[in-house]
Amino acid sequence: MGNIQGKQMVVSAIQNGTVIDHIPSKNLFKVISILKLENIDTQITFGLNLESKKLGSKAIIKIADKFFMQDEINKIAILAPEAKLSIIKDYQIVEKKVLTCPDQVQGITRCFNPKCVTNHQNITPKFTVIEKSPNVSLRCEYCEKITDFEHFKFI
Amino acid sequence: MNKAKSLVSITDFDVEEYLKILELAAKFEANSYRNVLNGRVIASLFFEPSTRTRLSFESAINRLGGRVIGFSDIETTSSTKGETLHDTIKIISNYCDLIVMRHPLEGAAKFASEVANVPIINAGDGANQHPTQTLLDMYSITKTQGTLSNLSIALIGDLKYGRTVHSLIMAMKHFNPTFHLVAPPELALPNEYKTILKENNIPFYEHTDMSSVLNEVDIVYMTRVQKERFSDLMEYEKTKNTYILRNEMLAHTKANMKILHPLPRVNEIQQDVDENPKAYYFEQARNGVFTRQAIISYLLQLNV
Ligand SMILES: [Zn+2]
Repeated sequence: MGNIQGKQMVVSAIQNGTVIDHIPSKNLFKVISILKLENIDTQITFGLNLESKKLGSKAIIKIADKFFMQDEINKIAILAPEAKLSIIKDYQIVEKKVLTCPDQVQGITRCFNPKCVTNHQNITPKFTVIEKSPNVSLRCEYCEKITDFEHFKFI
Repeated sequence: MNKAKSLVSITDFDVEEYLKILELAAKFEANSYRNVLNGRVIASLFFEPSTRTRLSFESAINRLGGRVIGFSDIETTSSTKGETLHDTIKIISNYCDLIVMRHPLEGAAKFASEVANVPIINAGDGANQHPTQTLLDMYSITKTQGTLSNLSIALIGDLKYGRTVHSLIMAMKHFNPTFHLVAPPELALPNEYKTILKENNIPFYEHTDMSSVLNEVDIVYMTRVQKERFSDLMEYEKTKNTYILRNEMLAHTKANMKILHPLPRVNEIQQDVDENPKAYYFEQARNGVFTRQAIISYLLQLNV
């Protein structure tokens, strides 16, 4: 096969849209779900378990005719801190966005602690990011408990 | 308008503020009845009952010449009719100068401090924080040892779930302590706190048996080992008698050593210890009133 050697494309190019690269393979389906890609009817292609020097194994998503808002992009940052977004127009990369994991996260995931006040009252969960890589972990601003990546429950 | 300063978490105060509170507490111990609140109104909102803590606060408020409004039980509040915590706090903060609150949900006091325009004192939010307990522990330590610095402290019992132990570590880490952590393996101190100790270069030693530690330390801080914390009841049966302090165990302890306990105790300190001059837990509870007077005065910037 040797399909990831050289410059050969494993995932076909798009004319216009967004390419999200350097997603940790194990987080691909979570990224798909928080970006709500299942609701998009344009062409989406993805590659999984691709070789990556940095991540070991990475995934890539190409979404035709879709451009993301900043708050949507922030949601990816805590799942795929190393991800890179390329905005494609006419098969050309017109803009690259490097995601940096924010120090504070608000309204993206729920607190893992069932006794946290945010899980019982209408309160937007707020977190301080206490670990950024390889996996993000968050400390709740309210109950002070730590929610690990494995326990993220996206809002 | 500046947001009122609250005490929600022990880390809301810095070292200077800890020392300020302890200094004020000593003043109140010397003369507890000072009419500095002069009729001001303090709300005491206990969304879950905790009679001892509530009475300690209410005694502190009364000694300061303040008036108390509030409730001691959720059954009597409109929260049971579905009013949100947001609305309850918003409304009551219009009626008073400061709110003391206890709530079963973790983070409730922090949320209240965002909503209210008066200071909030957290009197316990679930298993999370109970900062006035920590400050009264610190007052008890400094009063009995003459200092907070360079002390050897044994923390004994449930170090995993014991919030008073966690807060005490967070506060005392500024004063160069040495910790002896005595707990069954199932209830050992969480790694999160061990990391904090390491980062602050604070020596700590882990033990499963307290007898080797008692003679070395200045403070013995006992906590309850609760049966329901064990996933393995056999393990509980094996360890339950290991964490009980008896009077004969104190024979060779240091002369300045004092025994603290956040109370209530069950049987982890045997009654024969009570008469020993090293037993300090009842005075510790008494110190709670002075410490709470100090905290209220500090947050309201009263002239003491
Ligand atoms: Zn929380």
